[in-house]
Amino acid sequence: MSVMEGRTTSALLYLDGVHVSFDGFHAINNLSLTLEPGEMRAIIGPNGAGKTTMMDIITGKTKPDEGTVLFDGMTDLTRLDETRIAELGIGRKFQKPTVFESQTIEDNLLLALNVDHSVKGTLFWRGSRDESERIDRVLETIRLTDARNRLAGSLSHGQKQWLEIGMLLAQDPKLLLVDEPVAGMTDVETHQTAELLKEINKEKTVMVVEHDMTFVRELGVKVTCLHEGTVLAEGTIDQVSSNERVIEVYLGR
Amino acid sequence: MTPHVLTRSLDRSATIFLVVVAALGVLIPLSNLLLPAGSMFQVPTYLVALFGKYACYAILALSIDLIWGYCGILSLGHGAFFALGGYAMGMYLMRQIGSRGVYGNPILPDFMVFLNYPSLPWYWYGFDMFWFAALMVLVVPGLLAFCFGWLAFRSRVTGVYLSIITQAMTYALLLAFFRNDFGFGGNNGLTDFKDILGFNVQADGTRAALFALSCLALILAFLICRAVVTSKLGKVLIAIRDAESRTRFLGYRVESYKLFVFTLSACMAGVAGALYVPQVGIINPGEFAPGNSIEAVIWVAVGGRGTLVGAALGAVVVNYAKTVFTSGPLAPYWLFMLGALFILVTLLLPKGIIGTFNAWWEGRKAKQVTANAESADLEDGVGEPKPAE
Repeated sequence: MSVMEGRTTSALLYLDGVHVSFDGFHAINNLSLTLEPGEMRAIIGPNGAGKTTMMDIITGKTKPDEGTVLFDGMTDLTRLDETRIAELGIGRKFQKPTVFESQTIEDNLLLALNVDHSVKGTLFWRGSRDESERIDRVLETIRLTDARNRLAGSLSHGQKQWLEIGMLLAQDPKLLLVDEPVAGMTDVETHQTAELLKEINKEKTVMVVEHDMTFVRELGVKVTCLHEGTVLAEGTIDQVSSNERVIEVYLGR
Repeated sequence: MTPHVLTRSLDRSATIFLVVVAALGVLIPLSNLLLPAGSMFQVPTYLVALFGKYACYAILALSIDLIWGYCGILSLGHGAFFALGGYAMGMYLMRQIGSRGVYGNPILPDFMVFLNYPSLPWYWYGFDMFWFAALMVLVVPGLLAFCFGWLAFRSRVTGVYLSIITQAMTYALLLAFFRNDFGFGGNNGLTDFKDILGFNVQADGTRAALFALSCLALILAFLICRAVVTSKLGKVLIAIRDAESRTRFLGYRVESYKLFVFTLSACMAGVAGALYVPQVGIINPGEFAPGNSIEAVIWVAVGGRGTLVGAALGAVVVNYAKTVFTSGPLAPYWLFMLGALFILVTLLLPKGIIGTFNAWWEGRKAKQVTANAESADLEDGVGEPKPAE
């Protein structure tokens, strides 16, 4: 299983038979999931369904007990650490917005740019026109151009969510993992975020974890419902939300 | 790109700091050497040595601020690197004594004759040459920090656990250096120095020169720290301090950054120790005492962590207070006062002296900017972004 000879799947992300348990609690149970290049996928599921743990596995924070996790059909992610996986082109937005609060918005994006991240490279770093143009573009996309010199800590909750999405864009990954992007946002902000993600999806593969059904409906993409660490249902939002087992786990039996 | 307000104001305080240190570094030795003794403006030699000691402490404080204030690594064992640099210099000074020791042995230092060493231990080789000792001042603390950091940071030991193992490290060294058979003079340490590079260590001229050199080293250490923290690497360090795992998910190898800055900081602490030893005339295992390292962290907290200038200022202020109080009737109560100082600073001035001053200054300037922006708004309808409250 671990010896891969060339590409075995066309999927950008391929999870098969993944198991993780913490002290006997099966957080992820025989989870299998594939994401094609260019796809956007919404992941829903009740609390404790294993959504965040799945992201932890993909980004190298948690090592699975067994199972296959392949990126781009070639790379076994279970053997790599967070830094290496980020370098490969997997970016992650956290559930709780995590930005560098004591630094400016511009510096937050500068840190996220996928340029030389070595000690030497940053010590002798000199800004380039290309880099500042990229930052300008991201600032425009996330509508924070006017706030570029403000400290990230002074942003509103919704703006922090956007800044974090902006940091993902600056990272320019192949795959974006977005954990609850609209938590705590107003309806208008939620709508704008859906538009933003759709825009991003034109170029990149995106996986969104979200509770907000209006938002998921607005995205209009294939939905996967997780429950107790495994895939319960998969399909359009209408198919999934009319699935009896999904209704059961959401409403209780 | 407009420079950030905070960086700009720090640049100003950095300039003031450099000018003051340079002026003191020139004027104090000149006044000591050129003015007649007893003149009002003449700085007596004992004060020159005392100020030299403060300058060394300031370098140690800078080295702690670099890792604690900017990267969030709270080392409670930095005194160990200071002491190792001191021992390396002490070994050179011991070898310079030559046959002028009590026992008159041309090769072996007095304590080795006394303890019946048959010959010079191998690790004392080379210390008769100044360049070698100077190199070891950097290499020994740097190498220890590198090995220690490599193990600790790769295993992701952080926070209070890291602080505890740094304490254990300095304590282990304390116990080792106390042993007579360890080869560094046991509990008496190294002392009775005669000369450095051919100059008598007791002479006024030598003391003045050592003071000037300490100020120069302080300036260099400050410039190195400034260069590091104002580079993009400095931004990464702050990112690691504020959100370590986020930084990792951005693709930064956090352990390499920590290792770099920890090793650099240890080398700086080593230089501080090396300049300290000829000025105080002795190095003994007491310098490894965990309490010393904790005291140095208090200097940084008092001055203001993450400001560099504050760390150096804190070292001088607290040590001046120590000198004043421990030479008066309040001497027995100094440690209580130090403890009280730490608690008061934590409660009332959590940003330290310089941090609080900067916040006040920024607040004042922000008000002016807002006022200006409002008047500008009236003129062209475009306001500047207002800093947050």
